[in-house]
Amino acid sequence: MLTKRVIPCLDVRAGRVTKGVKFKNNVDLGDPVEMAVAYSDGGADELVFYDITASAEHRPIDIGMVEAVAKSVRIPFAVGGGIASLADMERVILAGAEKVSVNSLAVANPQIISDGARAFGAQCIVLGMDPVKSDRVPSGYEITTRGFREFTGMDAVEWAKRAAGLGAGEIVVNSVNADGTREGFELTLTRLIAEAVDVPGVASGGAGKPAHLVEVFREAKADAAIVAGMIHFGDYTIAQIKAEMSAAGIPTRMGW
Amino acid sequence: MEPNSPDTIAIVDYGAGNLTSVKNAFAALGVETVVTRDPAVVTAAARVVFPGVGAALSAMESLRSLGLEDAVKSAAASGRPFLGICLGMQILFEHSEEDGGVDTLGILPGRVRRFPKVPGVKVPQIGWNSVAPGNEFYYFVHSYYAEKTADTALVAEYAGVEFSAMVRRGKLWACQFHPEKSGRVGLKLLSDWLSI
Repeated sequence: MLTKRVIPCLDVRAGRVTKGVKFKNNVDLGDPVEMAVAYSDGGADELVFYDITASAEHRPIDIGMVEAVAKSVRIPFAVGGGIASLADMERVILAGAEKVSVNSLAVANPQIISDGARAFGAQCIVLGMDPVKSDRVPSGYEITTRGFREFTGMDAVEWAKRAAGLGAGEIVVNSVNADGTREGFELTLTRLIAEAVDVPGVASGGAGKPAHLVEVFREAKADAAIVAGMIHFGDYTIAQIKAEMSAAGIPTRMGW
Repeated sequence: MEPNSPDTIAIVDYGAGNLTSVKNAFAALGVETVVTRDPAVVTAAARVVFPGVGAALSAMESLRSLGLEDAVKSAAASGRPFLGICLGMQILFEHSEEDGGVDTLGILPGRVRRFPKVPGVKVPQIGWNSVAPGNEFYYFVHSYYAEKTADTALVAEYAGVEFSAMVRRGKLWACQFHPEKSGRVGLKLLSDWLSI
């Protein structure tokens, strides 16, 4: 049976994994490659790296880090941040990443999704989105860009459908409202997106305890869930999360 | 390792996806490989790895335009160890439903079909699925599947279909999943293949 994926998210800033709340108060957590190996050995089903300062600093993604991760872990991983073109996508994929994630770039230039899907296959192209609660759009969730700083007027559900139609192979739904709270995923938003598209939906933002993952898989139809602070600061291990998922009857990859 | 040495492990590069992960996985086992699109290297290699992601039609077209079709067919039929991965498994069969129907290499009897539409079931299948016998988990990414045949060695289930997760015919092994991305379990499979 296909299992629900648990995906640690590593925000990389100047070559180090950091974690903050709503892009503030960043704490140094460690070396990206060492952490990738530890999480992979600890039962992570996949990893995602965001080079969170690349876009703001107008520099390309750190390819050396991508290559080092690819040599060190044997599970799939996605890379986002600092992807500005098809050529950037190609560099990341050739360095050994399974998937590239685009967010603000795709809002500005949706064609990058179809170009990427055509060049590398839809399974390589992940659309990341940062919706915020808003009464300006029909679904009640509006897309923001540039690290929640800009409102676009775009409806999150409509954008998800359009992106999937263009060839996004997976959609990561990162709730601005839940991000960093550790009070649980935003279930309504996650479910709206998961039901609107035929491609896998990944819940992001708000994971604080294993029960939150059980909840998002059971109630919001997520195919995968991203965890960060709850494991980075040592509150929980991936093994603990997966044990609780498995005990709750969620299909879970055990015995890695 | 020289590209034409008798113990070469050749990874066939026919423009169908990224080979870095496959090369890295063998490197993690301490084994050097040669990524090649030279038919002579494929023909002379002791072992051939035939990966691939993407679509069946463009894969067949690029195999032909690179002059690799015969080299791959003869390597697979040679009795030397051969390992197909993902699309590199699917196009070993006779026919795929992809791209409106494509005749593929026909090295193995059998057909490749698209997963049926089932409400609530996402296609492509992306993620870790268990296989039988053994109940180990491997990482899958695919919209099409190979039907079970007499060569089926491992079975998985998705969208209500039981399909070939792996086939074995002598030293020809082929898997739908990605052993290079399937953690310790995947490395074990590669290591087993290296010992045949």
